[in-house]
Amino acid sequence: MAATHEYRVCPDTGFKIDLQADKLIKWNAVTAIVFLLIGGFFGLMVALTRWPTVHLLPADWFYLALTAHGVDILLVWIIFFEMALLYFASSVLLQSRLPMPKVGWFAYWLMLVGALLGNVVILQGESSVMFTSYVPMKADPLFYVALLLFAVGALIVCFLFFATLVVAKSEKTYEGSLPLVTFGAMVAAIIAVYTIASGAVILIPTLLWSLGLISHIDSLMYKVIWWGMGHSSQQINVSAHVAVWYAGAAVVFGAKPISEKVCRMAFLLYILFLQLASAHHLLVEPGLSAEYKIFNTSYAFYLAVFGSMVHGLTVPGSIELAQRRRGYTKGLFEWLRKAPWGNPAFVGIFLSIIIFGFVGGISGVVLGTEQLNLIMHNTIYVPGHFHGTVAGGTTLAFMALCYWLVPVLFRREIWAPKLAQWFPWLFGLGITGIALFQMGAGTLGVSRRHWDMTFADAPLSYDYPAAAHLLMAANGVSAVIASIAGAIFCLQMVLTLLIGKKREGAVPVASDAAEGLTGHGHGAGLAVPGTFVLALVFLTSFVLYYFVNWKYLSEIWLLS
Amino acid sequence: MSELESGKSGGADEPVPFMQQILDNPFILLFLGVAAPSVLYTVWGVMEVISIPVAQ
Repeated sequence: MAATHEYRVCPDTGFKIDLQADKLIKWNAVTAIVFLLIGGFFGLMVALTRWPTVHLLPADWFYLALTAHGVDILLVWIIFFEMALLYFASSVLLQSRLPMPKVGWFAYWLMLVGALLGNVVILQGESSVMFTSYVPMKADPLFYVALLLFAVGALIVCFLFFATLVVAKSEKTYEGSLPLVTFGAMVAAIIAVYTIASGAVILIPTLLWSLGLISHIDSLMYKVIWWGMGHSSQQINVSAHVAVWYAGAAVVFGAKPISEKVCRMAFLLYILFLQLASAHHLLVEPGLSAEYKIFNTSYAFYLAVFGSMVHGLTVPGSIELAQRRRGYTKGLFEWLRKAPWGNPAFVGIFLSIIIFGFVGGISGVVLGTEQLNLIMHNTIYVPGHFHGTVAGGTTLAFMALCYWLVPVLFRREIWAPKLAQWFPWLFGLGITGIALFQMGAGTLGVSRRHWDMTFADAPLSYDYPAAAHLLMAANGVSAVIASIAGAIFCLQMVLTLLIGKKREGAVPVASDAAEGLTGHGHGAGLAVPGTFVLALVFLTSFVLYYFVNWKYLSEIWLLS
Repeated sequence: MSELESGKSGGADEPVPFMQQILDNPFILLFLGVAAPSVLYTVWGVMEVISIPVAQ
């Protein structure tokens, strides 16, 4: 049993790593990056088409590209990377053997076949139903088969993760509570189980309907259950990238959270309430009661928002504590000024926190308020919001982690390290631009998915304000910037694996990184004045933006 | 390392607090994480859709 497992000792962290887990992390992470490249390419095509002056693709190709972009980025890239994270957070951080590695490989191939099949079917042009695939739009049956294969593979990895926790506990590879990073990954796995179950509940009948075995699927029923998968899949990301934030703070600074207790309670709020935000997609559905909508968004969802605000406070707070312990104590922000701004892992994670909080987080609360939602429901504000969360928050955090993880796992130096210093700024700038310009255009009413905002061939035309055209052009420019940054990232990762210099020495990590990743306890005291000032700036922005939208609503919704 | 820094507040014999017992049990958390949204979001939503009167 345990004796048949082979291990290596990581010279950077001292972790004993099961070689099968090591391989599965590498394969899942590399596959994720390949799909990021494919999905990012389709995203650029979409943005260039929605740029009115360029208007690159014809309508059929636009919807095909939009479907591929949604599936490859929102599902394939992110979930493959999260599978790598689950193996890392369980087998590596708990220094445990990976039980049933063959099952892990089976799950990997299932996911890969699903992802490839999905892409092939979408490219054949008969499944341009977009990521949401709302009925009665019908895709090729293989489209649903592909999604189901991918989801089953991911579910198997989630159960392997829980099995590893059991093995680690019974073989006493760790003591006491799970390390916080592993706990965060476990929360992601829990949300994944609900997400995938919801997907199975709705995609299996939809597959049967596409085969002609079921005559009808109620569109509202489809939406309710589908969003249990569609939105919750993005909540897996939130938990996973928060775990990555804590990991990044530990690796770069050896930081421990301000209070582990508070952090775990914030994660508990995620477990209980985060998935309920799915209801914000249903806020204008006439068949659902106000009680259902408001409880699931404005009441319960705010508790999950509170959890995110706690993490947004404790991660920078833990970094400030670690920096102050090193002697950077002058004024409010010496700890921040003296942070390693040349380290792409740190910069990426820091920008991820800022973009997720200020852009994705605030806009999410606005979208989740039933009355305010009327201003921007199903406009391009919605993609603006989730580019702030999924691209600016999750994707940037995962990419940043790669700048640490790839040299550690593959024992190679990052190819062109100077270029890496530019990457997070460029990607952060591009994604922030995409999110803000889309949100601006959405506030002016630009629809979420329409191929041509000029409505040139429509029998009844409609003219958006000139500012909306300008904002969509700025969105296109931002997408080009983000795509260049994404290409730099993918190129660096591929070339690092292919021709990166073999590494002899250790990767520069904090001397107490391993303790930060796996230990317990908290930094001394609550002396984080700089972080509290940043939190006040955030809260002020939050309140101002929230009430500006109420003012805007009062001007366009003239009921009295 | 001081007691405060290590985050340990008592000896090994001290009983584990109830909340920590819950947070240390992945399967209770898995149950809560699946049951809460299933009841509050999915089942409640499905019941509302089912209860919509059929058009005559």
